[in-house]
Amino acid sequence: MNEIAALPKLLPWAPERNGGAPPETPAAAKPSPGLADLVLLPLRLAWRQLRAEKSRLLAAMAGVMFACVLVFMQLGFRGALFDSATNLLGAMRADIFLVHPMTDASFRPEPLPRARAFQALADPDVEIAVPIYLSQSTWRNPETGRRRAVQLIGLDAGAGAVTFPGLEGIAEALKRPDTVAFDSRSRPEFGPIGQLFAERGAFDVQLGTRRVELVGIVEIGPSFGADGNVVMSETNFQRITQRAASNTDLVALKLREGADPAAVRGRLRALLPGDVEIMTHAELVAHERAYWENGTPIGFIFVFGSLMGLVVGMVIVYQILFSDIASHIAEYATLKAMGYSNFYLTRVVMGSAMILAVIGFIPGFGLSWFLYDLVGKATFLPLHMQPERALTVFLMIFSMCAIAGIFAVRKLRDANPADMF
Amino acid sequence: MKKPPVELRDITFAYGAGELRRVVLREVDLSIAPGEIVLLTGPSGSGKTTLLTLIGALRAMQQGTARVLGQELAGASEAERVRLRRRIGFIFQNHNLLGFLTARQNVAMSMELDGGMTEAQRLRRAGEMLDAVGLSGHAEKPPAQLSGGQRQRVAVARALAGDPGLILADEPTAALDKVSGQEVVHLLRDLARGRGVPILLVTHDPRILDIADRIVAMEDGRIVQAETATAG
Repeated sequence: MNEIAALPKLLPWAPERNGGAPPETPAAAKPSPGLADLVLLPLRLAWRQLRAEKSRLLAAMAGVMFACVLVFMQLGFRGALFDSATNLLGAMRADIFLVHPMTDASFRPEPLPRARAFQALADPDVEIAVPIYLSQSTWRNPETGRRRAVQLIGLDAGAGAVTFPGLEGIAEALKRPDTVAFDSRSRPEFGPIGQLFAERGAFDVQLGTRRVELVGIVEIGPSFGADGNVVMSETNFQRITQRAASNTDLVALKLREGADPAAVRGRLRALLPGDVEIMTHAELVAHERAYWENGTPIGFIFVFGSLMGLVVGMVIVYQILFSDIASHIAEYATLKAMGYSNFYLTRVVMGSAMILAVIGFIPGFGLSWFLYDLVGKATFLPLHMQPERALTVFLMIFSMCAIAGIFAVRKLRDANPADMF
Repeated sequence: MKKPPVELRDITFAYGAGELRRVVLREVDLSIAPGEIVLLTGPSGSGKTTLLTLIGALRAMQQGTARVLGQELAGASEAERVRLRRRIGFIFQNHNLLGFLTARQNVAMSMELDGGMTEAQRLRRAGEMLDAVGLSGHAEKPPAQLSGGQRQRVAVARALAGDPGLILADEPTAALDKVSGQEVVHLLRDLARGRGVPILLVTHDPRILDIADRIVAMEDGRIVQAETATAG
């Protein structure tokens, strides 16, 4: 009782101030809080609650981070494999391509009559038509002597319809008999060709059963169908593969300056028979990519892996949110008794989920970036952190946490203020 | 004459249905005058806690009419009941403070649902309330660092900080020893009386009967005896 007599200071409603008379209107209706308070105060409460249990917070962070890294790696591998699958066609730059409609992928082309290339020249806007021959052979590693399958590309490099990085300077040399250019981005199993070429200039290599002279280096990159690429002239291609010239695999067209590709394409469609498909470069690359994405289980494998990561992450987040509610059930019920609505407490739980998404994503993003670098160097896969992929993964992680939150919110129903008494 | 803050007529309430139906309140009438401190006593199962939860808008009504702080509870929606709860201060048998907040933040929680108050105002008001319950030096401590009596005093401060029109307390001294229990209820009485806030307090504890203006005894779902206390 002494404590009460010794109140430190008088409150506005202290009896000493108003003579003991009760205030006129106790507990009049109060104004509602503003929108910012309705969002930020539950978020702050969520953060304070999460912060209080450090080990639980770390477990939740680790769970979200795990899901994050898993999804990043799966999507990274998927993107890298599809990117590399289209390395060959992506490196060929031309205005319009003709392919056989039944060609699914460049490693297994359906031949089309070479005559189509010259028929296309009938259009006044088509300046050059270059048939491109594709085949596979073997390349003997000049250092170890081991042979390995390699992609052959035969085309008239001097015509100027198709450009590869590095092709222009060696077009003349490729016109000589039995000369080839090697793709320096091929896998290392073919030998350190780029390095050897830089050191000693042209040297002889074995391609298939033929001895050919390596006269230059181009840059294409390995793909699913081929670990390495060799570029040569049409004539040399026929010598090596013993293939007739009448059928080609791909035709590249160069248009005149200022020609409208869409209009040319429409005219070619009317001009050429049904055994050719007319595509732009982008369409050709997309067509190749679609084969690997849809025609093989590769795409599905990575999507499935990503989903598993998200499911595991969701279960972890759900467990954390659920146990946070369960261990504070009396406090939540008290808040309800104090006039906090179910919806307000739902916002607290969802706020916790959102916070976990953000604080788990940030280290997960950093770790994935590091792993992209590490794994990319080890596997020669083009693993790059792209902003769109980061955004996609963040949205996935955010949805994962939101769904876990929605499941956990159901536990709030158990917080019944009537049971508090 | 001011309207009484609590006015109950003919309240009947039962749990369960059919064969299992168990009536816990039978035609209860009860009014609480402005500023009045009413103690509700009675054996376990006499229905006093159920009555308290009905007045506190924590349960939906079944039969009868109940007007609490001007809100008719019969047929009131969930949203109306939630709104009414914000104008009632609750004190529970256990303090039920949020363990991850300091004493001051816990008290401020009762004001976060009111607009028109800034964070600084809320925290200052919470500090004043903690001063008023004699916890001046303990505002920044989490509940785990406070004694049982101190925690219950934080709960009193929390119940009063929101400017309630009615205080409902359920066995607030049950978890406390005699001295701290009496301190808490006397504090509650003095603070409430100073502001004219009525209190309905459910208790078994004979040591705190002296704070009451009126003692209402219940048995088997009925009010059996109401006596006016001689001293406040």
